[in-house]
Amino acid sequence: MKALMTTWLSALLLMFSTLAQANLTIEITRGSDRATPIAVVPFAADGENLPEDVAQIISDNLQRSGYFEPLDRQAMYDRPSSGDEVQFGQWRGLDVRYLVVGRVSREGDGFRIRYELMDVSGSRRMLGESVTASRNELRGGAHYISDQIFESITGIRGAFATRIAYVTARGAGDDMQFALYVADADGHNSQEVLSSREPILSPAWSPDGRKLAYVSFETERPAIYIQELATGQRVRATSFEGINGAPAWSPDGRRLAMALSKDGQPEIYIMDVASRNFERITNNNNIDTEPSWSPDGRSLLFTSDRSGGPQLYRYTVGSGETERLTFTGNYNARGRFAPDGESIFLVHRSNNGYQIARQDLGSGRLVVISESRWDESPSVAPNGTMVIFATQQGNSGVLGAVSADGRASYRLPSAQGDVREPAWSPFLN
Amino acid sequence: MQFKSHARSLALALSLALVAGCSSTGGTQDGSMEGTRNGAAGTGVAGSGQVSGTGVGANGDRAGQQADGRIPEVRTIYFDFDRDNIRSEFESVLVAHARYLRSNGNARVVLQGHTDERGTREYNMALGERRANSVKRFLEVQGVSPSQLEIVSYGEERPAVRGNNDDAHAQNRRVVFAY
Repeated sequence: MKALMTTWLSALLLMFSTLAQANLTIEITRGSDRATPIAVVPFAADGENLPEDVAQIISDNLQRSGYFEPLDRQAMYDRPSSGDEVQFGQWRGLDVRYLVVGRVSREGDGFRIRYELMDVSGSRRMLGESVTASRNELRGGAHYISDQIFESITGIRGAFATRIAYVTARGAGDDMQFALYVADADGHNSQEVLSSREPILSPAWSPDGRKLAYVSFETERPAIYIQELATGQRVRATSFEGINGAPAWSPDGRRLAMALSKDGQPEIYIMDVASRNFERITNNNNIDTEPSWSPDGRSLLFTSDRSGGPQLYRYTVGSGETERLTFTGNYNARGRFAPDGESIFLVHRSNNGYQIARQDLGSGRLVVISESRWDESPSVAPNGTMVIFATQQGNSGVLGAVSADGRASYRLPSAQGDVREPAWSPFLN
Repeated sequence: MQFKSHARSLALALSLALVAGCSSTGGTQDGSMEGTRNGAAGTGVAGSGQVSGTGVGANGDRAGQQADGRIPEVRTIYFDFDRDNIRSEFESVLVAHARYLRSNGNARVVLQGHTDERGTREYNMALGERRANSVKRFLEVQGVSPSQLEIVSYGEERPAVRGNNDDAHAQNRRVVFAY
């Protein structure tokens, strides 16, 4: 199949296969009322006992996006495995707009997946493709196919074959255990990147998806590290006195914005990754932290309490101009740009607690899109359709995700400990 | 050192301060303090909980006469929500640490600043640092050498107790003296 499986993914799987797992599961909490009905028919398997249910993975992906409402398998009385077997009238009778059919067959040591996407109302085939995958790549193959289907129908590039980084924590006081993981966007295939008895936070993906920058207290002082995922090799980028926090890669991957308090209080700096030269871009007696680059690399969003409480500001690279962006409420922090640069996602405090909000930069209008009281750390999918964030379920920290319009949401609970600090990878293929 | 409740830690802090012959007077009293607070005249830190250079300078000399080789036992002080000012009931704790550090010039302490879990993590890192800085300034005004003091903020990353309620939050908003 496409280069997808063979390059970085295989390398990652190989590197981390012996390390600890902490998979997350998925619970859909809210479906969108605008979801398009689709049927993903179980793929024919030619009598093979397959390690993965490819059609189910595709169906789950499409449902999670909030764009689709997959038909229950129980309702499918016909199960075609290729386009020419499809009787469109039957599916129209089930109010299905689109249909996915396919077949998985053994090929060498691995598998070949053939699939077709049918437009039921137009009685036509929209897409047909054949991909190969080794046994360990079947899930990746299903994510790739999900991406093709999603883009074909919505016109938006799919982000199912992406990954997430997150931090787990257990214990309290002097007895704590922290770990940094990366996993598929659906919570499967988790691999430990780092574990420590000291805090780990603020993981950030490099734009090429090969490295993570993060903050670790492993020396009992905070420091920013940059770690190559495929090799595990890492460097300590900064370990100044005071806060070394909130690393954020520039879109070209050459600079890292961060918060350093070496001069007294946290200020935003830009570090040139190759030369380790620093440029200080804020200068006052207030807190300035949580920088985030605009997609065009021309400005930085950051949190500052220069007005009294935390609010979001935008610094324009070059001119050095800074403007305040948020005015709704007295707590707005940790902003992240949508990939189109036209809106931002942030943590907003209201009478209902701390929630994820979206603010349109044109109108300045702020809309709360998450539902619980303790939501934080929003990270936007590279196609802008979903935002993953940290929330609470019972007494545990779990990850949640909500569609950018707030209509659909799901959670990724973990069997053990608190999960927090999610970071959605860029596109990886 | 951990305590079951905020009230108990306050009571302990106060009693230790009384044993040491150094307690504070004035300031707003909290429900848990009850009537146990009878400061020894003259040694108290006057005024509110706000750190101010002139307010604490006067008692520094006296405290120095009570040089003591032991590290003060109360090593955690607590803060109000979203505040970094030293609460008046903890000034005596800081005065005791200042005395110890002045008498033991080789002693070094890391002031670990912590917040409760509300709010964003990196912003809380900054708030934890503010609290630790507030303690550092207080100690420096008391004559402690800056070279004996280091600040590390843990933000909300190392809660003393788990739980998302007022009691847990109150116990987690703290600065710990780590010698």
